[in-house]
Amino acid sequence: MTTRTSESRTPEPAARPRAVGADRERADARDKVLGRAPYAFEHPMERPCYAHAVLSSVPRGRITAVDTEAARQEEGVITVLTYENAERLASTDDAELAILQGPEVAFRGQIVGAVIAETPEAAREAASLVRFTYAEEPHASELKPGESELYRPETANGGAGTDSELGDLDAAMEAARADPGAVALDETYRTAMTHCNPMEPHATIAVWQGDELTLYDSSQSVHGHRDTLAEVFGLDRARVHMICPYVGGGFGSKGEPHAHSVLAALAAREVSGRPVKLALTRQQMFTLVGYRTPTYQRVRLAAGADGRLTGIGMDAVEQTSRIKEFAEQSANPTRTMYAAPHRKTTHRLAALDVPVPSWMRAPGECPGMFGPEVAMDELAERLGLDPVEVRVRNDAPTDPETGKPFSSRNLVACLREGARRFGWQDRDPRPAVRREGRWLIGTGVASSAYPVNRQPGSVAAVQYRDDGRYRVGIGAADLGTGAWTVLAQIAADALDVPLDQVDLRIGDTALPKATVAGGSSGTAMWGSAIVAAARKFRERHGHDPSPGDHAQAETPANPHAERFAMHAFGAQFVEVRVDADTGEVRVPRLLGVFAAGRIINPRTARSQLIGGMTMGLSMALHEETVTDPRYGLLVNHDLANYHITANADVHSIEAHSIDEDDPYVNPLGAKGIGEIGITGTAAAVVNAVRHATGVRVREVPVTLDKVLEGLRNGPPSRQ
Amino acid sequence: METEIRLRVDGQAYEVTVDTRTTVLDALRERLGITSPKKGCDHGQCGSCTVLLDGRRATTCLALAVSYDGAEITTAEGLGEGEELHPVQQAFVDHDALQCGYCTPGQVCSAVGVLREAAQGWPSAVTEVGAEGGISPEALDHDEIAERMSGNLCRCGAYVNIVPAVAAAAEATAEGAGR
Repeated sequence: MTTRTSESRTPEPAARPRAVGADRERADARDKVLGRAPYAFEHPMERPCYAHAVLSSVPRGRITAVDTEAARQEEGVITVLTYENAERLASTDDAELAILQGPEVAFRGQIVGAVIAETPEAAREAASLVRFTYAEEPHASELKPGESELYRPETANGGAGTDSELGDLDAAMEAARADPGAVALDETYRTAMTHCNPMEPHATIAVWQGDELTLYDSSQSVHGHRDTLAEVFGLDRARVHMICPYVGGGFGSKGEPHAHSVLAALAAREVSGRPVKLALTRQQMFTLVGYRTPTYQRVRLAAGADGRLTGIGMDAVEQTSRIKEFAEQSANPTRTMYAAPHRKTTHRLAALDVPVPSWMRAPGECPGMFGPEVAMDELAERLGLDPVEVRVRNDAPTDPETGKPFSSRNLVACLREGARRFGWQDRDPRPAVRREGRWLIGTGVASSAYPVNRQPGSVAAVQYRDDGRYRVGIGAADLGTGAWTVLAQIAADALDVPLDQVDLRIGDTALPKATVAGGSSGTAMWGSAIVAAARKFRERHGHDPSPGDHAQAETPANPHAERFAMHAFGAQFVEVRVDADTGEVRVPRLLGVFAAGRIINPRTARSQLIGGMTMGLSMALHEETVTDPRYGLLVNHDLANYHITANADVHSIEAHSIDEDDPYVNPLGAKGIGEIGITGTAAAVVNAVRHATGVRVREVPVTLDKVLEGLRNGPPSRQ
Repeated sequence: METEIRLRVDGQAYEVTVDTRTTVLDALRERLGITSPKKGCDHGQCGSCTVLLDGRRATTCLALAVSYDGAEITTAEGLGEGEELHPVQQAFVDHDALQCGYCTPGQVCSAVGVLREAAQGWPSAVTEVGAEGGISPEALDHDEIAERMSGNLCRCGAYVNIVPAVAAAAEATAEGAGR
């Protein structure tokens, strides 16, 4: 596979890889198959108490009366916390975290109380006995384009610009409409409200010893989490400790601390010295740990008969909560994917009386690669062009909005390689002409993309120990991503020692500060700090160190950061089978090819990519949190009613990586792989459904009803 | 109300006082400190709490402890011989059939249950109707394994590694049994 970089000059020699790039068994696999890796709720505690959260049952209003009497009578109950007796927090700037500070209710399912008891059974039972009387106020809990009042956020998540404009998109659309050979496409696409739902429910054990707070929490960022909690409680950071060696999945929902961590710490204040264990129930997770906003995406494409875009536009309409803004950056990918002289993107939000949205795997990029990638398929179809070819023709030689060169961009290579592996060349483009028994068969394609995000501030420490091993410490997190494995590989190469001489420590604020496991940046940021620390160690102590010798270093700034646009790209190909009678969609085959820089460990990398694609498949077919706007209730708030892909929903999923040497992204040459796998999948599925059935669905999930409606209007004939 | 029950877990006998509302899962995790089985939903919807309960796979979050006085429980931690992994566990390691690992002990116990059920010829929803004598572990193909393992959710999306891991374990078990 040949790949290209924008410039051939290599800025600095990369460390000679040995462990890096090798297929290594997951370091914690053995502990995990035995169930010995301790998650947040599993750290052994002496005489723990249990807290159970009480949530609001109205979508907006004020608590007018609190009755805790029955709860307090329950055997084993220690105390009941509500806004009437909870301590005042030092900082209430973050309204999501400022719980039990007043009678106001901002959304249904907000924390309004907690019971602390000797056993989990007593805490839960008593929680059901706490009575609140509310004065309800009118609320709006459903995003309705055309009706919801929209505003323009200052920025989108991650500092992305709210709007962007180049040239004159309206004029380009007008010109395309006037040209009979051209296409002006103007459609609106919708993605559903979805929830991360990691298998490990959010849980916290909190212990106060005097003014010191220790938290065993499930977190993607022990230091970030610690800093926030210290601020909320007005404590010096050095007095707050967080321990989290293992995370049972996060997907963004554990990227920032949520209210239950504050509640656990508040509860532990009541029983000073005793640990308080608090786990959210699966049902409570739906309102308390973030979710992906539903999106409405107006996509505009103007293209000539040759399929080359003259204009591209994306207007994203999303929801946020009235008490705290989260602006999903869904228009972001449109700014980078394809070349076109006339461009426009916008983000608009409706502030509703709903739970606070937050990060979910590939925020912005995941929903934002849906509408445009379906639109590209519609464009290809209208022009009678191959959908792979249309994407290839619109490949951007430089970053379309900034004009910067790409540090490397191998979208076309991914499309071509994917097409070859999938067997795309024999595809009959006509929709609804393949049938096997009751199954209508079709194939679809979409591009994938994810930016190379940088987060400054990670520090790694290396110390030589008297056991002859190098202890490498950094407060990183392994959410199943493989950090335990790949960071040790990186350290081994950087120190030029065999892997078993590395004693890696992560997931503890006692270790040097690490940035969040988010934005697909963990491995690169933490790994770069480890490389820097290892170099410093060797400079200082040479290759024959004495026990106790140590060094630490920070992730170096990237001197190329401003020169280049840096993104990973990919392409996904899907085969679907649609039941002609019921509209049921099955996906027998999903194949992705990704260009994401250097792969540190092909085994864990493949797992990350197939995991992302599986979640993308889940988004395409199953996932939707349904709101009952009358009550502000998230109706299907458990794992039976909010269906995520089960084993039998998945058949063949292949993920391939193409070699890509990018010397500019970071010293490791790694772009990040945690999120790109989920981008584009849903569009590829929807495009394949169109090819199978002739029905163009412009929203996900593609449930039977949406397909069936189209099939009824014109069922394809049997062959 | 509290009551004392006896459990045998991973070969060790325990006497434990439980609340009559305590599930087998909470008895193991919160009363005995045995945390190999995980709590993912507490509603029997995710399978993370699966163990072998009197020889059969069961979701312990749906079982009240007082109903299982005297039960024999095997968690993922007790599947192997001593420190040696059970063939299913080894296959999960070999196939990287896990990521975050939270559903994994349940997946592993469930897979052991699947192999036992297949050895006894139990059909599944996708077994061909009328298949004489049901099915055997060696005959477990992708669809059979995926169907039988669908009570165990994995949000990291390791299914395409879990199925070959279970198939490999079925093969290893059959070889071990001299078939």
